[in-house]
Formats: sequence, structure tokens, C-alpha cells
Amino acid sequence: MNLTVNGQRAYAYTGGKPFDAALPCVVFIHGALHDHSVWTLLARWCAHHGHSVLAIDLPGHGQSAGPVLPSVQATADWLLALLAAAGVQQPGQATLVGHSMGSLIGLEAAARAPALVGRLVMVGTAYPMQVSEALLTTAGEAPLKAIDMVNAFSISTLAAKPGFPAPGMWLHGSNRALMRRTLAGPNTAGCAVNLFHHDFSVCDAYTGGLDAAAKVQAKVTLVLGSADQMTPPRATRDLAAALKAKTVILPSGHSLPAEVPDELLAALRDALA
Amino acid sequence: MPGYSDPGFDTLALHAGATPDPSTGARATPIHLSTSFVFQSSEHAASLFNMERSGHVYSRISNPTTAVLEERIAALEGGVGAIATASGQAALHLAIATLAGAGHHIVASSALYGGSHNLLDYTLRRFGISTSFVAPGDVDAWRAAIRPETRLLFGETLGNPGLDVLDIPTISAIAHDAGLPLLVDSTFTPPWLLKPFDHGADLVYHSATKFLSGHGTVVGGLLVDSGAFDWAAAFAKTGRFPELSAPYDGFHGMVFSEESTVGAFLLRARREGLRDFGACMSPHTAWLILQGIETLPLRMARHVENTRKVVQLLAAHPMVSRVGYPELDGHPSQALAQKLLPRGCGAVFSFDLKGSRSQGVAFIEALKVFSHLANVGDCRSLVIHPASTTHFRMDDAALARAGIGPGTIRLSIGLEDAADLIDDLKRALKVAEKAA
Repeated sequence: MNLTVNGQRAYAYTGGKPFDAALPCVVFIHGALHDHSVWTLLARWCAHHGHSVLAIDLPGHGQSAGPVLPSVQATADWLLALLAAAGVQQPGQATLVGHSMGSLIGLEAAARAPALVGRLVMVGTAYPMQVSEALLTTAGEAPLKAIDMVNAFSISTLAAKPGFPAPGMWLHGSNRALMRRTLAGPNTAGCAVNLFHHDFSVCDAYTGGLDAAAKVQAKVTLVLGSADQMTPPRATRDLAAALKAKTVILPSGHSLPAEVPDELLAALRDALA
Repeated sequence: MPGYSDPGFDTLALHAGATPDPSTGARATPIHLSTSFVFQSSEHAASLFNMERSGHVYSRISNPTTAVLEERIAALEGGVGAIATASGQAALHLAIATLAGAGHHIVASSALYGGSHNLLDYTLRRFGISTSFVAPGDVDAWRAAIRPETRLLFGETLGNPGLDVLDIPTISAIAHDAGLPLLVDSTFTPPWLLKPFDHGADLVYHSATKFLSGHGTVVGGLLVDSGAFDWAAAFAKTGRFPELSAPYDGFHGMVFSEESTVGAFLLRARREGLRDFGACMSPHTAWLILQGIETLPLRMARHVENTRKVVQLLAAHPMVSRVGYPELDGHPSQALAQKLLPRGCGAVFSFDLKGSRSQGVAFIEALKVFSHLANVGDCRSLVIHPASTTHFRMDDAALARAGIGPGTIRLSIGLEDAADLIDDLKRALKVAEKAA
């Protein structure tokens, strides 16, 4: 569905059911150069099991209009404005589920609206989420090459079963195509930026994680990939301690929603219980 | 899988989509000859049917062995995924049926495999889908043939019978300017030779019966999506492709382009076309094609090497008036071939004998290594004389209009010793000469 946030169109996939603001709401927040479609299986499950769903496209990504926002903090404010626009305002009503960059946005939003956010699930996360200088430079100068680098770093297997979102899909090709589409998509009008470099820079520049963690009141779960080269599990120790989070390690690379969707669903169900 | 980019082609040909079987440790991909797959619980069943989980339910829709093949060809082509079908014809039909219906229109190259021409010009017309045929090299004709109701541009990477190289960059640009996708039949150019997506094609299909399998044992097709065409944007701009970007009553009101930004076409094709038309591939067939793909890089190199030697012989032979191989000087597609097919133009081509139909027949019957049959892309060398077989009802004038002469011979060069192929051809050419 389309919403208006700060005067701009914002898109959210609702899991195949009409959005119902009266239900507990699961908000899915994608990572760098992605869109809502990385979440469709989980979103459909939640929407058909007692929740309302907002799997958002961040500003300038997918079907949401730009401009892109300059920081994790600014994007968290945008997210809270989107929830207000959707009518999600009851205490503890929102569960935020973020992947990678999206996990930092979820963390910051949970800190800014501790009463609203009852649960926070950070998938494929790390803090600080530093990006190597080489990758940042490549993302700026040759984003298509950087997409191939990230693709290789993000996916831990040549055979992600049973296939996302359906059998017969080639995860490497799907991720590459989605990143290329997001980079060059027609819906980023008004975003005359290199979206890849922008997203990575936002992750790299975020320094508010531990301050935010101190303000979070939500029940927090970290879901990490044992073979994640982008955000390795060891990079979450301080954050996990600060958040008093439950940590779940799954046999996956960084692309957990596509590599291990069943296992991630089990972890999410546990977090929602 | 550490590294800065995906593995190379030869590695993907062996490994993409497959790992040792988790339950048995089997290293080779097992053949899952099972129609159906047990649900873990009623809740699990419901979530599979409602697309809340990915998984296998019934082998007409998906199968673990077939899925390995689908992932592998997608990896080799640089696509997002694939659907295995009962034949190449079924793959073509699935692509068209997913995008077009009664009242719609296709612009297609006139240089097509006869079976594809039949489907477009006769059979689909009966179902309300019409086709305009254009010369593959006539760029203006492609553009001029597009109508508001057009849904697809379609051609073969190497056209039949002259091996005209399809100018994929130019034709795809024409398609995209009109908000349409380009589908190509890449059967004669497996991805070791050409990756059409790198040049702008949106959808690719193969008759996997040919080079991908390579052994002449099974019939199958593969339809691959690049994931690059933006169906939602096209729908928003022109209203075309509601099949992918408007709610589909036949599947929970699903909007496929919302479900998957880059996989919408394959989701619809699987959840409608494969489900309802049912032209699926047997897991046993998929397994055999996987065996072929494992050696595709090695075989294609040898196919091309042998073909170049045979082409060289024929081009210099006094009994031969024309050899239609794009690497040769004078072929109309030579420049395009150098650009798009630097590894070679495949192993199927035709040449013209100087002489009559009866000399063509004499040539065919004198061959001993080449097999006389109606197929291409086998590991064995094959030959056919169109004027006495596939096109025997046509008089010489009709043959000429189809680009076929009374002495036209089509060869598919296999993996035998090149010296044996050359000896076989030399002897048969001598027999044909004496039959004058």
C-alpha cells in the first residue's frame, strides 16, 4: 500500500492481506540497495497469522519516492512517521525486524519510540557496521563491480534451498538483479545519488548504536549468520550485551532472509511469542 | 564461498544449485523421482500453499532435482531463476502464455525454427495471438511492426537456416523503447558461447534437448528470466502486463511484481502456466541434462573446434557453392558474430551443394559417420537434407523463398575426431559429384 510520509509517497508491502491498524504490527526494514521483496515469505506468514505487516521500501528505494535520507537517525524518524501515518500507535504494538542497514534503523527507531516498539529483531547485524574503505571506494566509483563483490560476500552457498521466494530461483542472480534494479530504478527520481555508496556510507557513519541501545525497552533478538562475512557474529558482542538480547546463530551468510527463510521464520516466531 | 565475485563459468557448470545431499551425503545430485512431498504438519502444508514458505509440494510445480537444473542454467545465463519444461517448445509456449492472451500480438524474426514458426503463425493465431514476422536484420521493420497490443519481441540468437546473428543490443533497445521485453531462443548458442542477458535480452529459452544435454537422450526445455525487465513500471506507464502487476484471482489475488521485484515473471509462469498447462520436466530428464551441463564448457570448445575445421574444408571444396557460417568472409552477420560470439558461432550450419536434389540425396546416403536424422546439438555429428525431408513438399521456388536450395545440407558437428568427419564428408562429396 502507499502512504504519504513527510509529503512523499512511501510504499509498504502488506503480506498479501489488507493492512489492519488494529492488529499487532510487524515492520520489516530492508538493507542496503534492497527493497521490501527480500521479506515476502516472512511477511506473508505474519500477515496470515494474526499480525498486520508493513514491509517498507525505504525512501529512494523500490517504490518509495526520494529523497534518500542522510543518516540512520533521520531514516528512523521517517520510519516512525510512517507508522504514525499507518495508524500504528498503541504501546508495544510494533515489532521492528531489520536486516543489515535496516537493523540499525530499527535499533534507532526503537530507541526513539521505546513505548511503541515492543520487540526488535536485528537480522544480519553488527555494531559498529563499518564498511571497508576498498568497498566504499568501489561502491562510489564502480557500483556494478561493488554489487558483485557484495553479492559474493553476502551469500555463503551455491545452493540455497529450497529457493527464495520459490524453488528454481538462483540466489546470486536474484540478489544481483535486485541491487542493480534498486540502483538504477525509475522510482529514485529526485535521488540523484549513488544509492549504493549512500547506503554503505550511512551504515559506516552510524555511531549512535550503544547510546540507542541504552534507551531501548523492547525485547530484542539478534539473528546472525554463522558464515556471514559482511556482519560476522563476533561484531555484535557489545551490542548484544547492551541490549540484553537473545542471540540466534543460523547456518547462513549475510543474506539470511533468502538463504535460510525457514530457520529465520522459526527465530521470528520465537521472538514474537 | 570467499572471493570478490561469483565463481567462473566452468565451476558454476558443476556446482551451481547443488551441494552434497544433506540426508545421505550423496555427492552427485540425486534423482528425486517422487510426485509429491510430505508436509511436516497441517500448518506447514497451509503455509506452503499460501506462499508463506518456499518448498516442494507436487512435481508438476517444482521438484528438488529439477530445481538444481533450474538454478544451474540461471547461474550460467546470468539470470535470476529458471523453469524447466517438457521441451523447448513448451518453454516458448510458457513464455508467451505468461505475457500474452487473446488480442495480443508478437513481433518475431522470420528466421525461426519451423516448430516455432508453426506455433506462432498457425496455432497461437487460433487462440487469438497474432504474430508479425520481420527479417531479423531489418531494424526498421522490427520497430514498425510494434503495435499497442504487442507484448513481446522474439528471435533466435542464430536464425534458421542462414545463421543470421540476431542483433540483440539493437533489437532489445527497440523493445525497451516500446516498453516491451525481448525473448530469445538461444538453443544454438549455449551460454558458454553467448549470454544474451549481457546484451539486453530479457528472457531466454533453450531446447535443452540439444547442446545443454548433448547426448541425444532426452527432450526438455529451459526458460530463464534476467530479472531486468520492470513489469510494474511498464504496467504503470502503459497498462500492459497486468498478469504480473495486478491482482490475479487465480492465486489469492497475488500481485506478482509486489511479491518479487525481480522474479515476478517466473512466479507467475510457475504458479499459473506450469500449474495449469502442466508441461513440466521429469526429474529423470533434469538429471540427465545436468550430466550434460557438467561438461558443457569442454564439449562446446570441441564442437567449435571441429566445426571450424569442417567449415574450412567445405568453403574450399569445388562441389560447394555456399557455406553459411558467420565467421566466414561474406557472411552478412560476420561483424555481429565477431562482437557477440567471439568464442564461435556454434556447431550447426548449412551449406549448398552444387547440384540437384538427387545429388543431395546421394551425398546424405554416402555418409557413414554422420547420422541422418532430424535433430541438432548431439555429441554425434548429424546431417539432414531439407529438400528431401523437412521441406520435401516444396517446389524449388518455395524452397528459395525459405532460404533453402535443392542442394542445401544442414550439418550439426559433433565431438568425433575431426579427421574422421573430414574424410566422411570428402568421400560423400565425391559420390555426390559422380551422381550428377
